[in-house]
Amino acid sequence: MSTGSPPPRAGHSGNGLRWNAWNLLLLVPLLMLATALYNEDRPRLFGLPFFYWCQFLFVPLGVLCVGLVYLRTRDEPVRTDRPDRLSVDDLDSAGAAGRRQDGSDAR
Amino acid sequence: MNDLQWTEIVVFSALFLLVTVLGFVAARWRAGDSLDHLDEWGLGGRKFGSWITWFLVGGDLYTAYTFVAVPALIFGAGAMGFFALPYTVILYPIVFLPLLRMWSVSRVHGYVTPADYVRGRYGSSLLALLVALTGIIATMPYIALQLVGLEAVLRTMGFNGSGVMGHAPLFIAFLILALYTYQSGLRAPALIAFVKDTLIYIVILVAVFYLPSKLGGWDTIFDQAQAKFDASRTPSDGILLNHNNQLQYATLALGSALALFLYPHSLTGILASKGRNVIKRNMVALPAYSLLLGMLALLGYVAISANSTPLTNQATGRPDSNTIVPVLFEQQFPGWFTGIAFAAIGIGALVPAAIMSIAAANLWTRNIYKEYLRRDASPAQEAKQAKLASLVVKFGAIAFIVFVDPQFSIDLQLIGGVIILQTLPAVAISLYTRWFHLWGLVTGWVVGMAWGFVMLYGIPNPAAGKAHFGGSALTFGELSLFGWRPLAGSQVQIYVGFVALVANLLVAALVTLVLRRMRVLNGTDETRPGDYHADEGDPSLKPVGSH
Repeated sequence: MSTGSPPPRAGHSGNGLRWNAWNLLLLVPLLMLATALYNEDRPRLFGLPFFYWCQFLFVPLGVLCVGLVYLRTRDEPVRTDRPDRLSVDDLDSAGAAGRRQDGSDAR
Repeated sequence: MNDLQWTEIVVFSALFLLVTVLGFVAARWRAGDSLDHLDEWGLGGRKFGSWITWFLVGGDLYTAYTFVAVPALIFGAGAMGFFALPYTVILYPIVFLPLLRMWSVSRVHGYVTPADYVRGRYGSSLLALLVALTGIIATMPYIALQLVGLEAVLRTMGFNGSGVMGHAPLFIAFLILALYTYQSGLRAPALIAFVKDTLIYIVILVAVFYLPSKLGGWDTIFDQAQAKFDASRTPSDGILLNHNNQLQYATLALGSALALFLYPHSLTGILASKGRNVIKRNMVALPAYSLLLGMLALLGYVAISANSTPLTNQATGRPDSNTIVPVLFEQQFPGWFTGIAFAAIGIGALVPAAIMSIAAANLWTRNIYKEYLRRDASPAQEAKQAKLASLVVKFGAIAFIVFVDPQFSIDLQLIGGVIILQTLPAVAISLYTRWFHLWGLVTGWVVGMAWGFVMLYGIPNPAAGKAHFGGSALTFGELSLFGWRPLAGSQVQIYVGFVALVANLLVAALVTLVLRRMRVLNGTDETRPGDYHADEGDPSLKPVGSH
C-alpha cells in the first residue's frame, strides 16, 4: 500500500464500527464446526478417510474467504487522497448518532 | 545415560549452535536507538513486516509442544486429536477483525500488553490486574510445556538420565536461551523463527510423504489404527468421532480458537508488526502452518502402524506419550535426518518459550511493577525490570519441570486454556462495545474462573489413573449447578472452557443490566472511536519508544 499523504484523524464520533458486507465471508469457515457434515470414513482419498481429507479442504476454503476479505478491504481506513472526498466516518456519524448512548454515561 | 545417538547429537548440536549465534547477533538486527525501552526490547521496535511477522507468529503459535502433543493425542485417542485442524482453520477468520482493532488502538496509545489496553478502555487498574494475572498464570505452564517438548527430544537422543542430573542437557539449553533473550529481546526469537520454521517444513513434508509409502499407504495405516482402537477398552477412541464426542470436538476447536489470541504471547507477535495490512496478509498466509499441523497430526496414526512405543521417562518412571513422534522418527529415518528433525522440534521449543517469557515479563512490568510497585519508573527502568522478569519466568519454568512432575504442567496448561478464555469479554468484546459494565466483567471473570476450575477438578481420567484434572471434556450428565443436575444421564461431552465462558457472559450481562439501571459509574475510556482504525503513517500514532 502506498503511503500517500496521511489521512486526517478519523471518526471522532459514532461508535467506530464500520459495516462491510465482504466481512460476512469470514463466517463461512465456521461451517467446519458442524462435525456431522464430515464424520464419515468413506469415500477415501489417497487412503485418507473422508473425515480427514474433507477437513484438509477447509484450509484452502478458509484462506480463500480471508483472502477475499483482505483484497476487498485493504484500502481501509479511507484515505482522503482526493480533497473533496467525504470520509466514511463523516457519512456514518448521522446514522450512528442514535446508537451513541453507549459510553455516554461513562463520562 | 542410555545409548547416545551420536550422529543425531552432532547434527542437533550444530543447528543449536547456529541459532545460539543468531540469538546473540539479533540484538543488532534493525536496531533502534536503544534497547532500553519496552517497545524495542519487548516488541522489536514495532516495525516487523509481513515476512518476519509470518515466521514470528507462526513460530509462536505452532509450538514444539503442539508438534509432539497433537500426534501423541491422535496416537492415544484417534479422531478427537484432530481438533487441532478445525481449531487453526477457524482461528483466522474469527480473529481477523478484532486483531486489527487491537493493533490500531495499541499503536495509538502505546499499549504493550492486553492488560494495558483494558486499563485504557475501562480506566480500571483492578480489571487490568485481573487480565494481567490471568495472562501470567496461563502462560507459565505453557513455557514449562515447551520444555516438555524439548526434553522429549533430548531423552530420545539418549539423554534419558534419572534424577535431577537427568535434566542437565535441558538446563544448559534453557540457560543459553535465557541469556540471548535477555540481551536481544523479541528480535532473538524473530530471527531464530526463520531457522525453526524452515526446518519444520522440511521435516514434516518428508515425513508425511515418505513414511506412508514405506508402511503400505494411508489405507493400511488407517485400517491398522481402527483395529487397534477396536481392541482397546476405551469406548471413545476410533478413527472417526462418535455420538458423544462430536460436541466436544467442535466446542474444543471453537474455544481454543477464541482463546489463542487472548494469550499475551500471541498478541506480542501481532503488536510487533508495523501495520494493519501486515496483519491482514498474515491472516491469509498463516494457515500454511495449519496444513502442516494437520499432516503432522496424522503421524500419530503412522506411529500406530509402525508399532512405535513411547519411551519411559527415567525421571518419573512412566511411559511418556509425548516421545511418540521422536521415537517414530528415530525408528524410520537415518541418524542425520533424525538429527535435523529433532533440532526442528528442539528449536521449535525455544522460539515460543522466548516470546512467552517476554510477554509474561511485559505483563509483570507494565501492569504490576509500574502500576503498583514503582509508578514513576522510567522507560529504561521498565526495560531493565522486564529483562530480569524474563529470566525469573524461565527459571521458574525450569524449576517446575525439574522439581515437580511434568504431568502437573500439563494439568496447568489445561487449566490455562480455560482461564485465559475468561478474559474474552474484557479484552475482545470490549474492542467493539463498552456495553458490559466494568463490575459486570469483574464478576463474570470470577464466576467463569471459579466454575471452570471446579469442573476441571471433577473430571477423572480412569485410563491414566487420575481422579482429578483428567481432561477438558465435561460429560453433560455430570454438569451440576450447586448439586442440581439438569442433564443427568446424558453421555454427550462438551469443552469445559466453553461452559465456563457462557456462565461468565451470562453473569456479566446480568450484573451489567442491574448496574446500568442503578447508574453506577462505568470507568473512564481514554480511547476514541477513530483509534480503532488508525494505520501506519497516521499522525495519531504514538512514536515508538516515547512514553
